Amino acid sequence: MVATEYYVALSAILFAIGAVGVLTRRSAILVFLSIELMLNAANLALVAYARQWSSSGQAVAMSGQSAVFIILALAAAEVAVGLGILVAIFRQRTSTDIDALSEVRY
Amino acid sequence: MTGALFSSPASYAALAPLLALLGSLVNGLFGRKLREPLPGIIASATVGLAFILSLVAFVSLPEGGLSLEFWPYLVAGDLQLSLGFVIDRLSVLLMLVITGVGFLIHLYSVGYMHGDDGFARYFSALNLFVAAMLVLVMADSYLLMFVGWEGVGVCSYLLIGFWYSQGLNASAARKAFIVNRIGDVGFLLAMFLLYRTFGTLEIAAVNEAAGGLAYGSALLTAIGLLFLLAAAGKSAQLPLQVWLPDAMAGPTPVSALIHAATMVTAGVYLVVRSAPLFAQAPDASATVAWVGGLTALVAAFAALGQTDIKKILAYSTVSQLGFMFAAAGAGAYAAAIFHLFTHAFFKALLFLTAGSAIHALGGEQDVRRMGGLGRVMPLTGLTALVGTLAIAGVPFLSGFFSKDAVVAGVYTSEWLRDYGGLALYILLLLTAAMTAFYMFRWYYLAFAGRPRYDDAVAAKLHESPAVMTIPLLILAVFSVVAGYLGLPEFAFPNWMNAWLEPAIAAEVRFLHPTVTVEWLLVGLSIVAAAAGLGLGYWVYHLRSGRPAQRIGSGALGNFSREGAGFDALYRNTFVAAAEGTASGLGVVDRELVDRGVSGSAGVTGLLARAATGLQSGFARTYALTMLLGVVALILVLLLGVWLGGELA
Repeated sequence: MVATEYYVALSAILFAIGAVGVLTRRSAILVFLSIELMLNAANLALVAYARQWSSSGQAVAMSGQSAVFIILALAAAEVAVGLGILVAIFRQRTSTDIDALSEVRY
Repeated sequence: MTGALFSSPASYAALAPLLALLGSLVNGLFGRKLREPLPGIIASATVGLAFILSLVAFVSLPEGGLSLEFWPYLVAGDLQLSLGFVIDRLSVLLMLVITGVGFLIHLYSVGYMHGDDGFARYFSALNLFVAAMLVLVMADSYLLMFVGWEGVGVCSYLLIGFWYSQGLNASAARKAFIVNRIGDVGFLLAMFLLYRTFGTLEIAAVNEAAGGLAYGSALLTAIGLLFLLAAAGKSAQLPLQVWLPDAMAGPTPVSALIHAATMVTAGVYLVVRSAPLFAQAPDASATVAWVGGLTALVAAFAALGQTDIKKILAYSTVSQLGFMFAAAGAGAYAAAIFHLFTHAFFKALLFLTAGSAIHALGGEQDVRRMGGLGRVMPLTGLTALVGTLAIAGVPFLSGFFSKDAVVAGVYTSEWLRDYGGLALYILLLLTAAMTAFYMFRWYYLAFAGRPRYDDAVAAKLHESPAVMTIPLLILAVFSVVAGYLGLPEFAFPNWMNAWLEPAIAAEVRFLHPTVTVEWLLVGLSIVAAAAGLGLGYWVYHLRSGRPAQRIGSGALGNFSREGAGFDALYRNTFVAAAEGTASGLGVVDRELVDRGVSGSAGVTGLLARAATGLQSGFARTYALTMLLGVVALILVLLLGVWLGGELA
């Protein structure tokens, strides 16, 4: 069995890659992709910890997996809505540059 | 005798104030929609009806009077006050004056105010004025009297400043209001003291309880002096007389109503109403008498130099009120009311004739530009002459009898002996001579002698319409005959004293000089009147080339014209001090309060501008901020672990 530490390290690396992607990318689609990466990094950590707990015979073993399912469902919903908005924006201005959307604050 | 409304014919007089109030409401609410002269007719009719009710009460009044209680309107702890009226021989007399003279003034106003934009507003206020006066004299408790007291104050404010768009009129109204407030402090403090001492504010109960206190006790003296302060404010006595001459700014019939009915005489009424209380406080009474005497002298002096036809009359009112106070202070309460009674007729008459003259001259009020009006306006001139002779104290006219009763009362009062009663008597006699002099001057400059106005004005001169002259004639008749109600008691039947005796149950002792001395007193009164009139005739008729130009010249004349310097004194002390304080507070307001407020607003604005920078709209900036925040949080938590054990 692979030690939990490796999973967590991978999760951290994926999360960091995702975070850097969110911070540096200007294309809304790539920002979405990076967010997915961060979410899945978190999912990986949850699953890894859940597996560790269940092998030690704790009664709460399934909670990590349950959380992952909820996050997956939410991510799917978010992508559906977000892509809809993105398509609408693209039709308006033929660009998906999120910096150009800063006037939404007004 | 107590009773309810409808218990006797006299009790219907309780409706009189309601009638006037009704007229006021109708004119106030719907007056704008009514066409002239309907508001005037409504107003006159209500007051006329109130007069008839008063007349019925006067005829059918039981000897002890009638006390009507309606409902308790103020219950606070032990204090219970009912709305109640007293209709006794004193109040019914004043009700007759208020509604009778008031009715004539209303009637006259229909002509005088013809064409004024505020016609209905004028009559609304005038009716309210009458209602307040009636409440004032009919009240059975000091508190209800205070309601009427303040009511006439408000109405005088409304009417003095009737033509409020002129700054001078508005400030005259304010002056009247403010000076009256000073007196009201006295009334309020007196009421507090009365309640603390007797536990009641009902006039009859207080008067009865006052008899139980020691003669001349400090408490009664204090109450008396506070009442004097109140009366001085309302009745324009020293040192609060300054508002009345300025109060001429209102329409002339208003001046007549203020001076004749129960606005300025309210102070005299207050003292007489509280007669048993004052009779127990000789110090306070003597102060009342001396304040009255000195006021009479100072105001008569101020009247000598006035050039405004109404201001001469205003100062003469102040002076005549001084006579009434002197009588009330001497304990000659009936004489004070008698003089109030006759004064109401001839002063209303004088003001209305002055109004008639002003009306004819198109608003001219300066006697230096009048003269000879009696030839063009025979009715006005004749009635003015009657009024002048009556107030001057010419024998067989009303003013002679009442003024004689006043000075005789001062001479014979027993307690005034210890307070210089003889000096006060001489002072009043001198003032009576001055009165005759300045009233002769008033009449001669306006109605006799040569005209001093342009031919253009002369061409338009005309006698006033009948609605104005008929009240003049009626008042002139009363100015003559009213005096016969109070002939000198030692030789003739005196109806006034006998009538008032049950209503004024004060124990006052008078000296009873021999009949020769009494006749001598009467003779001195006649001499005083004759001396004043004779001097006036000599100065203004025999010796006059052009008297108009000499009026009020010289230092003494200036001093007289400025009302013996009281206005200047108050301006330099109280007004200047108040203005200094106000401008000081204004600096504090501007520099401290305003700056503080706008400063704190500026700081908030600055913070807001700084905070707007955070909301840039760049999604990646927000994400970076969140990331940095999370990192910082983690670092803090780690620092906690590194420094000492467990995570919280």
